[in-house]
Amino acid sequence: MTTVAATRPAPEPLAPAAASAPPPGSERRAGLLLSAPFLIVYLLFLVGPLAVGIVLSFFNTTTVKSGLGGWVGVSNYSKVLQDSLFWDAMWHSVLFTLFTTPPLVVLALAAAVLAHRMPRGRVFYRVAFFAPYVVPSSVVALIFLWMYTPQVGLITKLFSGLGLPVPDFLGSTSGGWTAVVLMTLWWTFGFNFVLYTAALQDVPPDVYEAAAIDGAGPWQQIRLITVPLLAPTTSLVLILQILASLKVFDQIYLLLGGGPNQSTRPVIEYIYDTGFTSYRGGYGAAATMVYFVIIVAVSAAWYGLRRWRATSTAA
Amino acid sequence: MSGAMARRRFLGLGAGAVLGAGLAACSSPLASGLAGAQPDTADVIFWNLFTGGDGANMVLMEQDFRKSHPGVSVEATILSWGNPYYTKLALATASGTPPDVGISHLSRLPLLAAAGLLTPVSETGLADLGVTPDRFTPAAWQKATVGGTTYAVPLDTHPFVLFYNVDLARKAGLLNAAGDGLKPMRNAADFTDAVRAMKDASGRYGAVMSITADPATAWRYFSMVYSGLAGPVVTDSGTKISVDDAAMQEAFAFLQSLTKGGLMPSVLNGSGANALFSTGKAGFLFDGEWQIPSYRLVKDFHFNVVPFPALLGPKPVAYADSHALVIPHNPNRSAGRTRHAAQFVKSLLDDSAVWAHGGHVPAWLPTQRSTAFLDQSPQRNYVQAAFTAQYDPPAWYTGAGSDFQNTVGATIIEALSGRTSPKKATAAMRADLKRYTTARPPVTMK
Repeated sequence: MTTVAATRPAPEPLAPAAASAPPPGSERRAGLLLSAPFLIVYLLFLVGPLAVGIVLSFFNTTTVKSGLGGWVGVSNYSKVLQDSLFWDAMWHSVLFTLFTTPPLVVLALAAAVLAHRMPRGRVFYRVAFFAPYVVPSSVVALIFLWMYTPQVGLITKLFSGLGLPVPDFLGSTSGGWTAVVLMTLWWTFGFNFVLYTAALQDVPPDVYEAAAIDGAGPWQQIRLITVPLLAPTTSLVLILQILASLKVFDQIYLLLGGGPNQSTRPVIEYIYDTGFTSYRGGYGAAATMVYFVIIVAVSAAWYGLRRWRATSTAA
Repeated sequence: MSGAMARRRFLGLGAGAVLGAGLAACSSPLASGLAGAQPDTADVIFWNLFTGGDGANMVLMEQDFRKSHPGVSVEATILSWGNPYYTKLALATASGTPPDVGISHLSRLPLLAAAGLLTPVSETGLADLGVTPDRFTPAAWQKATVGGTTYAVPLDTHPFVLFYNVDLARKAGLLNAAGDGLKPMRNAADFTDAVRAMKDASGRYGAVMSITADPATAWRYFSMVYSGLAGPVVTDSGTKISVDDAAMQEAFAFLQSLTKGGLMPSVLNGSGANALFSTGKAGFLFDGEWQIPSYRLVKDFHFNVVPFPALLGPKPVAYADSHALVIPHNPNRSAGRTRHAAQFVKSLLDDSAVWAHGGHVPAWLPTQRSTAFLDQSPQRNYVQAAFTAQYDPPAWYTGAGSDFQNTVGATIIEALSGRTSPKKATAAMRADLKRYTTARPPVTMK
């Protein structure tokens, strides 16, 4: 997984002179050849569809007929931008990101640090924390759906057994968000956990030793050594988590169907509903493009911020 | 140097051998796939969306066809129910590689027909096999006809019906003298009284239905109640809103009178409804007849199914849909394949008593009147519902599993759960409908 490798800071190129000299032809050919399988797949399944999507967004394309359909100019875009349901859905995706990103990062860090400090059974905890991540979303949703089921579900029974008011997990907006966020936390925090576990192994043990000699307790060690040294990983985990959360679809779709009253429907479900269920391919493509631009903007802003910070600290 | 050459040669030969073997192993599908044609892997390629009990029955019917037509091979593919199925059917047909026979809900037919994806029944030779309009439930055949042309052969009608727990109904004094049905109910007041009697008998709820996160069920229920008072919510092929505000508010108020009074839970999903009804904690269940097979499996549970009585209007209304057989348009299909497809469709109709085990009312009258069907209980109890069937209004956006049902269903759930008033729900419904009536249709409707 490339993301794990990326947690270790790449060494800066030492000799700028060497970089400016063009590599010999044979090496260039070999480089192209070696990256060809990736490039082909990338062009075929990523760049190609993206280009098709851009074209479709200007036509009244439908999935029930072959061909592009009639030219409609930018009217698909103007309708998407005017559709309150689109903006609602967009807000729901952002809301989900706001709800899930902080706990997913903090929880993963805490669990990784704790598991790392376990004198025994470290492997067990690593497996236990990561295991939910490999379960397919459909299975996770089925399990949680049963637990949340009103009147007869495990969690609802637990609440009423304890004499607490039973939240309406599937039928109310706040309950729905709670339900989906809890499920997502349990299900996905294992990935960030693995990233943190990998980074923790890179922290040299003698730093802790020195700190211990200076009289730092475990909490001080975590606060003053572990967390600062993990800052590059945290930054990576954050952006990966934000992007992953913005792309939310399956768990909300499977658990709540975007309900109640479409109050949890994320933007990808909006695109799916209009583009596929209602066969309005061109309109769906336009909505996708708007969303694509926003995601790219978020990523670009993030990297821009990081670079600015890196250069300002270097200077 | 020579060592390197030898290794390269070896690798090259190896790669060539693997590639060659791979191509030989899948030469015909690969070749035809690259050429954009559907490989003729069977004489009849059949797509459907049936799993569970319906799926098992469909497999039996396919086997019966194979037995009676030993020379004709059938390949059946089951795709996910609802939207994924329709997307694939539409895309495959639009790109010229459709199946020979497919299933479509009649509520989804208007769009498929308008897009030119279906072969008119008159061009399939089905009439020569005796498949004529007079041998079908009229409501279903009429719904299969779009702009004067019939595009599908209805297999069944599956109405929204009233399930009841027989033991609780007896306790509540709702059974008729013969004990094989409910005492007649004439209007909403009678019905509400019956639900209240059931609540007293069960000690928990009078009725249950899947409400939470189930917009399709909510829409079916609402449609049934509203249709008793007024016509379709949209007209002119879905371009005009024709809501009767007073009727709609009355319908919402009635729905709320049951949930707000505690006669039925206002928050409950499908599995919850299933659990409460099958354990005797609710007397009535409002759902589609297709739930019959799942309740059959419950031990010592006695239930029966009847059509809903007249609620708000003078006459009973059954919200319904139909599974229908279609022959997707394919300009390259040979006359021989079309003949086989027609034979297959006819065979499924003749065999539809098997299909009725899933709870559905056969649309094919010879089966509907046969003892093979009339011996089936409770199926025979609600045949009348097929004749009073109200389908979704024709429009490009309506139908089973559609985005439209999700949108308006969400508004109805808000009303059912008591979070919004009948007046506000009616206004919300108008807003929902406006979204669809003013959107640019993907195809021009006739």
